Amino acid sequence: MSLWQKHAILEKNSIVLVIGILLVIAIGGLVEIVPLFYLKNTIEKVDGIRPYTPLELAGRNIYVREGCYLCHSQMIRPLRDEVERYGHYSLAAESMYDHPFQWGSKRTGPDLARVGGKYSDAWHRDHLRDPRSVVPGSVMPDYGFLAKTDLDYKHIAQDMKVQALLGTPYTPEMIEDAMKDVAIQASNDNPDAAELTKRYPKAVARDFDGNPGRVTEADALIAYLQMLGTEVDFKMYDDKANIR
Amino acid sequence: MANALAPQKKMTFGEGGLALSLVGLAILSIVIAAKAYTPEYAFHAYLFTAASIAAVFAITNRYFDRPAERPPLVNADGRPNYNMGPVKFATIAAMFWGIAGFAVGLYIALELAFPALNFAQWFNFGRLRPLHTSAVIFAFGGNVLLATSFYVVQRTCRARLAGDLAPWFVVLGYNFFILIAGTGYLLGITQSKEYAEPEWYSDLWLTIVWVTYLLVFLATIWRRTEPHIYVANWFYLAFIVTIAVLHLGNNPAIPVSIFSSKSYIAWSGVQDAMVQWWYGHNAVGFFLTAGFLAIMYYFIPKRADRPVYSYRLSIIHFWALIFLYIWAGPHHLHYTALPDWAQTLGMTFSIMLWMPSWGGMINGIMTLSGAWDKLRTDPVLRMMVVSVAFYGMSTFEGPMMSVKIVNSLSHYTDWTIGHVHSGALGWVAYISFGAVYCLVPWLWNRRLYSLKLVNWHFWISTIGIVLYITSMWVSGILQGLMWRAYTSLGFLEYSFVETVEAMHPFYVIRALGGFLFLCGALIMVFNLWKTVYSEAVAGEAGIQLQPAE
Repeated sequence: MSLWQKHAILEKNSIVLVIGILLVIAIGGLVEIVPLFYLKNTIEKVDGIRPYTPLELAGRNIYVREGCYLCHSQMIRPLRDEVERYGHYSLAAESMYDHPFQWGSKRTGPDLARVGGKYSDAWHRDHLRDPRSVVPGSVMPDYGFLAKTDLDYKHIAQDMKVQALLGTPYTPEMIEDAMKDVAIQASNDNPDAAELTKRYPKAVARDFDGNPGRVTEADALIAYLQMLGTEVDFKMYDDKANIR
Repeated sequence: MANALAPQKKMTFGEGGLALSLVGLAILSIVIAAKAYTPEYAFHAYLFTAASIAAVFAITNRYFDRPAERPPLVNADGRPNYNMGPVKFATIAAMFWGIAGFAVGLYIALELAFPALNFAQWFNFGRLRPLHTSAVIFAFGGNVLLATSFYVVQRTCRARLAGDLAPWFVVLGYNFFILIAGTGYLLGITQSKEYAEPEWYSDLWLTIVWVTYLLVFLATIWRRTEPHIYVANWFYLAFIVTIAVLHLGNNPAIPVSIFSSKSYIAWSGVQDAMVQWWYGHNAVGFFLTAGFLAIMYYFIPKRADRPVYSYRLSIIHFWALIFLYIWAGPHHLHYTALPDWAQTLGMTFSIMLWMPSWGGMINGIMTLSGAWDKLRTDPVLRMMVVSVAFYGMSTFEGPMMSVKIVNSLSHYTDWTIGHVHSGALGWVAYISFGAVYCLVPWLWNRRLYSLKLVNWHFWISTIGIVLYITSMWVSGILQGLMWRAYTSLGFLEYSFVETVEAMHPFYVIRALGGFLFLCGALIMVFNLWKTVYSEAVAGEAGIQLQPAE
């Protein structure tokens, strides 16, 4: 009985009530979030994960800008049909340098976590310009303007500096060469391509948008799409080692 | 003004301080506009400049027009001198943004059915969808919450709203935040975190506005003449405090430069996912639930002229709801790379959450004990009671969808969209409509123009909601089943695009449902317009309830 009366203390003191609310709502969040930052098994141990090249990062920023995540997930669940449709289920490690994560919550279009290498650059160009020219039933908007817009990357080194501050392992050398690396990666047969792959293993350099004279937003976005899900070699990956 | 007997007029600390800060903000934004990396960001900086200068003018004008003394807290007749100006503004803003948000929703629904409607980059689905969600949740819902909370806290505390300029700063500052966020999406300024899309500078601005909101609300409670804080105010407090915590937890980011709209969020990958859905689910729990439950706890008893069904149930409802809700976030991340222990916790608490949700529903609906007959005669009350019924339905559906095995089918499909809308249209919008139908006659001291039109609004919108959620159930479950269908030889039966093509008829039906819902809301705006422009009711009659017959 008296417990009900004790509630009057909260009803008569707004500050006590606010403190009570803060305490009650703090518990769930603390228990679920804080351990993810220190439990070592949260992110799998796996080889091959590297930070994005400057061009891929610029492409990712376009992906973020256009809100692609609203229709495309980047998170393959360990369900039979998804693994068969899209490939190996996604690992936490594969998005460890993603600020912000783009796992998505809706598949109006297919999952893109492993779209890298599935289609040619030419297919992507056509598909971005006019999705229904390659997939007649598609409901995707046209993104033809990307191939017509020059990529604005004069500040990309600053972007990388901020990411480095947040824990992405960009070295001072990578940041210094950012502008150069964009130009290398967006061109065919660049003599300095080896330098790029030394800094970013397995990075692919070529003219993604089919327009060698310019570095466009389509170059950046296609470079990003073509590397999605290609970092980990799943022939070498031991599923059992990372069961959580 | 030159009355020798009046006390000398002085600018208050609040007026002077705010005007000076705004001058500072105007100068800062001009500098930023001049050196901005992109024209889109420069445009926003100019908006900040223009708004700050306009606000300084408004403050100065107001100072010259006002009497030397501050308005009295209590009128000559002993009744509190309520400050309803900001409430009126937020009510009008709510209806304006509501129509805008519903219309954008209809447009993007049509885009999914007829992709040719994506005719320019600014109006592509990816940019308009956040505009829709922000417009309905934060602009429509947010203004309804501002209006009702400032109304309810004054009425239940029998005290004038605290602060002189502060309440105006809250409502105008909040709507300016909406303007910045919304125009930003169209221009491609977004951090692409669902329901937390605004970039770093909008987030900073919102933080200032929100802290002011909390202080105004608390300071009004401190002025109360009643010893107890009414239950609706607990819910408003939980909503304001928790949204502040969630906003700060989900949005820490480092901008690339003060001259750039782009920032990178501090969290990454799996941790960012968990923080995001801790935020995202509790935007539902505290913005769209706790805040609107406060509306339920004030407006339903008031309209039905009955006391709240159970005081004890409201205590249990309150604490259980806010404790359990905060855990439910991981159910948005079932079968993802989030560790299993977190997924299991999320599912468990989501199922438990069913109980306090239904406790609240029972408390709301049973408040009509002894007044059930009013459902027949008062369509406003009917709208609010149906909203609580929708609340009950979607808070059953939610826990069911959070069960992992159900979620494996429903996740990534339209079922989620349908679920959200049964809550958003059925619960949030209907309780808001009911509250605004009550508020407008009370605030403007008028009689509601037409109850018959409320009835039309109710039925047209209800048919719209039913079309919406049933089409999304069918399309969601159908697509989920098609994705996992196998042929007898063990191959996946459908390509992805075949499952997209199968959605077309349901997308058309959904758009029709949205169209009907928008029509209902337009009828409401007409009704309210006619109400405000009708003749004032003599005395306090406008405050009285509509006769039931």
